[in-house]
Amino acid sequence: MAKTNSKSTNTTTKKSKTTNSKSSSKAKVASKYNFPKETYQFWYERMLLIRRFEEKCGQLYGRQKIKGFCHLYIGQEACVVGAVTALKKEDKWITAYRDHGHPLALGTSPNAVMAELFAKATGCTKGKGGSMHLFDKEVNFMGGHGIVGAQIPLGAGIAFAEKYNKTDNLCICFMGDGAVRQGAFHEALNMAMTWKLPVIFVIENNGYAMGTSVERTSNVVELYTLGEAYDIPSEPVDAMKVEEVHLSLERAAERARKGDGPTLLEFRTYRYRGHSMSDPAKYRTKEELASYKELDPIEMVKEALLSNKMADEGYFEEIEKKTKKIVSDAVDFAEESPYPDVEEIYKDVYVESYPFLKD
Amino acid sequence: MRVIQFREALREAMSEEMRQDKSIFLMGEEVAAYNGAYKVSQGMLDEFGEERVIDTPIAELGFAGIGVGAAMNGLRPIIEFMTFNFSLVAIDQIINSAAKMNAMSGGQYTVPMVFRGPTGNAGQLAAQHSQNFENWFANTAGLKVVVPSNPYDAKGLLKTSIRDNDPVIFMESELMYGDKGEVPEEEYSLPIGEAKIVKQGKDITLVSFGKMMKVATQASAELDKEGISAEVIDLRSVRPIDYPAIIDSVKKTNRLVVVEEAWPLAAISAEIAYYIQRHAFDYLDAPVYRINSMDVPLAYAPTLIEATLPNVARTIEAAKAALYI
Ligand SMILES: Cc1ncc(C[n+]2csc(CCOP(=O)(O)OP(=O)(O)O)c2C)c(N)n1
Ligand SMILES: [Mg+2]
Repeated sequence: MAKTNSKSTNTTTKKSKTTNSKSSSKAKVASKYNFPKETYQFWYERMLLIRRFEEKCGQLYGRQKIKGFCHLYIGQEACVVGAVTALKKEDKWITAYRDHGHPLALGTSPNAVMAELFAKATGCTKGKGGSMHLFDKEVNFMGGHGIVGAQIPLGAGIAFAEKYNKTDNLCICFMGDGAVRQGAFHEALNMAMTWKLPVIFVIENNGYAMGTSVERTSNVVELYTLGEAYDIPSEPVDAMKVEEVHLSLERAAERARKGDGPTLLEFRTYRYRGHSMSDPAKYRTKEELASYKELDPIEMVKEALLSNKMADEGYFEEIEKKTKKIVSDAVDFAEESPYPDVEEIYKDVYVESYPFLKD
Repeated sequence: MRVIQFREALREAMSEEMRQDKSIFLMGEEVAAYNGAYKVSQGMLDEFGEERVIDTPIAELGFAGIGVGAAMNGLRPIIEFMTFNFSLVAIDQIINSAAKMNAMSGGQYTVPMVFRGPTGNAGQLAAQHSQNFENWFANTAGLKVVVPSNPYDAKGLLKTSIRDNDPVIFMESELMYGDKGEVPEEEYSLPIGEAKIVKQGKDITLVSFGKMMKVATQASAELDKEGISAEVIDLRSVRPIDYPAIIDSVKKTNRLVVVEEAWPLAAISAEIAYYIQRHAFDYLDAPVYRINSMDVPLAYAPTLIEATLPNVARTIEAAKAALYI
């Protein structure tokens, strides 16, 4: 897929020690870090793109333009944009079905993502995968996977191949908090550490697996400590702060590239919407949701840009306008694209031709 | 008669049995506090409490195995899979433990339990959420596999499945949970392994089960308009299969079409075609036809779904081919 704008991987920083406390005030946050303007602007622009894109998806789902299961990423944007700046282009990404944010952060064309959600032939998997199974080889996004936990061994395997080929690349493997209760998580972590695979396991802990809060699934609710069972360096990260996301991944990436093996990061984040489009999210309070919106990752980056005098109001207006246009162009593109031809059902099932049963 | 939804019929079956037998419990993802991902178990936590209606983490292999162990030790678990796609995470415990325990232990340990949840496609859910494993489970001795098509059968068969002393795979559909049907208030149950002749006919036999019964009955209604009288049989379970019911019908109509949502290779339709040619060869006036999903993963796009799933048009076409018209 073509990239929206090629800008901006690998803007890094000199700073600094991180804290995991959720409480530091926004003003303090802004002064604590030392990222350049380009990095902050990249974060802002990509997060805003994901946010506006997802808000549009929500509307379009209501209008039945997008179907099936659709899991919005709103609230969690910092997790992926911080990863883009901390890692390099050759690194591989894999995640579960809540996967719109990842390719958009990596620079997959919003047109191709929206067309996929519309089930069109021009989509990033030709209308075959839909919302839960976005893929984009061009940006090394190795998918959107629908079986909770299944992508975790895959991520370790992707890292295995990098190590086998003696590259300097790693795999970042995202999962939800619910996924860490699967056996696949534990099996993969054990092998990844034993074999020192260059993989970063990232738990996007948004507090809930569908309607089940983390506290209701285990005695072990500090999820990062699960890595310690396998001697994996592990830490919690305040993932509403994109700076913290970036810094934690920089440390993990360094370890992976040095040959020290995996890291387990628990990104503490929050999804503002329900689990999927059919979930009224009655299992949580309005106050809880509001308290996280106070920590909105996009707002925090905006404040950092303003207080560091890296942008003025004109910039934000312009980006807002530009982003709306990208999203509405994507919708137009998706609308105008054709559905896949029926012969497509026999394509991509095998690499070579295959004698399908047809009668 | 009283009309209720499919999901309510299932809930009544579970609740009525749980009231009578304290050894029965329901366990699965989101079954308790959330009242079921598809609201099948709505209200059951309130009635039975958290000792008997139990939310699990996402850990299918683990909780399926816990169900098997509990069954070996005297309880009667109902294990809900949010969908049967996720039963693959647990399939080791179903095939290697639940199905084998009685035989391996020389009859000392039995596994009286039900694994239930929705099967098959349910809208545009793409490849990993649109699969039918009825034939996979049916292939395994030690299991029974029940696939009801309407609320009445669902309730009667689920009650029997819960009372059954062997492990039963009970497969429903997201697309049917809202279906309404007549279900009496009085106590009843239905035997596992008895097909139902849904509609009498004389020219051709249409056999199906589960959600695909809608395709078979619609096709038969269309055929009626053209003066073709189809007999429609709902298998209701695919292990055991009610072969005598199919044979009796084929003896009358001499032609057979099987409609099934699973992929064709080694499907239930293939098994039936074998059995009929073996045991009713002389009664057949045409080859046995089958309508399955195409031999490919189900995609997200509606055009591709339309081209992949069994449908009324393909069923009518097969029926006419069997009738040489
Ligand atoms: C093996 C398996 N079991 C159940 C499901 C149904 N399911 C889909 S998402 C989900 C919750 C996962 O929560 P979490 O891992 O926290 O990720 P989040 O949705 O919060 O991003 C469940 C139970 C599934 N897709 N796969
Ligand atoms: Mg979660």
